[in-house]
Amino acid sequence: MSAVVPSVEQVSDPVIHAAGLRKVYGDTVAVGGIDFDVAPGESFGLLGPNGAGKSTTMRMVGAVSTRSDGELSILGLDPDASGPEIRAQLGVVPQQDNLDMELQARENLLVYGRYFGLPRRTIAQRADELLAFAQLEDKAKAKVDDLSGGMKRRLTIARALINDPRILLLDEPTTGLDPQARHILWDRLFRLKEQGTTLVLTTHYMDEAEQLCDRLVVVDKGEIMAEGSPAALIREHSTREVLEVRFGSDRNAEAARRIGAIAGLGGDRIEELPDRVLVYADNGEHALAAVVDSGLEPITSLVRRSSLEDVFLRLTGRSLIE
Amino acid sequence: MSTTPSSTPSAAPAARSAPTPAELTDAARRSRALGPIFVAEHQLRTMSKFRWTMIATAIGTPLLYLFAFGVGLATLITGNVGPGGANGEVSYLEFVAPALLVTAATLVATEEFTFGVLLGLKWNPTWIGMNASPLTGAQIVTGHFLFIAVRMVITVSIYYVVILLFGAMPSPLGILLIPVGLLAGFAWTFIAAYSATIREDKGQFAVLQRVVILPLTLFSGTVFPLAQLPWFLQPLGWASPLWHASELGRQFAYGPTEPFWLTLVHVVYLLALAAGGWMLCQRIVKRRLDK
Repeated sequence: MSAVVPSVEQVSDPVIHAAGLRKVYGDTVAVGGIDFDVAPGESFGLLGPNGAGKSTTMRMVGAVSTRSDGELSILGLDPDASGPEIRAQLGVVPQQDNLDMELQARENLLVYGRYFGLPRRTIAQRADELLAFAQLEDKAKAKVDDLSGGMKRRLTIARALINDPRILLLDEPTTGLDPQARHILWDRLFRLKEQGTTLVLTTHYMDEAEQLCDRLVVVDKGEIMAEGSPAALIREHSTREVLEVRFGSDRNAEAARRIGAIAGLGGDRIEELPDRVLVYADNGEHALAAVVDSGLEPITSLVRRSSLEDVFLRLTGRSLIE
Repeated sequence: MSTTPSSTPSAAPAARSAPTPAELTDAARRSRALGPIFVAEHQLRTMSKFRWTMIATAIGTPLLYLFAFGVGLATLITGNVGPGGANGEVSYLEFVAPALLVTAATLVATEEFTFGVLLGLKWNPTWIGMNASPLTGAQIVTGHFLFIAVRMVITVSIYYVVILLFGAMPSPLGILLIPVGLLAGFAWTFIAAYSATIREDKGQFAVLQRVVILPLTLFSGTVFPLAQLPWFLQPLGWASPLWHASELGRQFAYGPTEPFWLTLVHVVYLLALAAGGWMLCQRIVKRRLDK
């Protein structure tokens, strides 16, 4: 997305600072001591599979979950001491919508604005603007129960913006939505980013992370595996292109072994998945030619650019969506 | 475009200037002070969606009960049962009316302390949403209770008016049945605390309703004096908030019928239950939201 990426060292005055941040439930370590800083106006992502500790991290940053250990400050405040002050500056889009199903769409914004102690007139005006922003003007009087999944998600985002937050926390904002609904959401989030709102989002969709994040951390089992911009992560941990070849499920293993033996492709750049073999190469077409020249006959082949999915696979040996 | 957040103002979006500590404190001040009121406002708005069923229930219940007890059951009861025992000055309807009113408050309160609490925490977890705003778990509980207070005031006020229409309220002090009704309802806050511990709904509320609350409405000196029960069942009444509330209500409706210290015991007992359950519920909800 960009060549100039702020690393943690360059962030001079972070809006979020976490160091050695830990969360433990009984014997289970949900977050095992992670460090990250987020700069004002930055769009920061936590990428990882389900159960990686993303949501727990988000709840700690959202000042609703007390950390077990480590440092955490949001806008310079400690959530243990100043929870309400921090939350007054946040917009939160939780993984599961918690809109009031009995109320109309607009009413949900009105009651939520009151929690921040905002004057009714201000809330009413913002509610109308936000309904327009979320493309829900004609649904203002619809009961939430009757909205589609994508509309509920947009309403939740509108609700999160009612207090004009400095930081917007989005926990898997588009999980479960159809492609069209996702694109509408991304567009809205991109506009917020352009307006200078700090975004922190978790996702297990690599395309989402690539679309929205200036910088991200790859999280697995409560630990940070890598950090950087999407482009830098791909550059660092993967090749430019990937060749995907399928030989049929019982022949993939044998084919992978033979591809690994082809001179010039390199044994450690091959990933054998149950349904296909991935060959990491700077030039996918050349790699395909080498595979075919060696006498192998793939049923299908595909050359594509490396993605964050490949980064994740290389870092953890596992797929993002299981 | 550049993604360096602070060093290239021309290309990067203008990040907002950092808030000062005073601005941060200010932004949360109203929520810290008035949080429970904002919660109650929300709940009242949701309740207004069901206003017709609520009002119909609030009017229909006293009409039916007072009719059944006053016109039906009273004909079977040959003597009066109030102070002075049989053939005293107080009619049977006058005797049961305060107890029916506090029972109505109890039913409204326990409904909200059970289903209302689990609705907010689990079924439609609006409380989780509230907690993501500046509101705290304790404020959410207090706000929910504030809303229940409003709902109870509506219910018992209507009940009181219907009792007046039936001519079953001898003393003008009977108006105090409205706060007594509130006290009766809030004496069940421990149920709210229990509800907040429930993770999985396995019909606990139905059991509670049938095994605890419904029997207590019969064995708490409500429709007959507690002294009529065999001695070994009477402690049940002494422990029951309903007995204390009914007796307290009767002191205002046609009393006094008991020594003053006992009236004081009723008030203190009910207040202690209300306060204890309220504090416990705040703690449990706070812990549950902090996960």
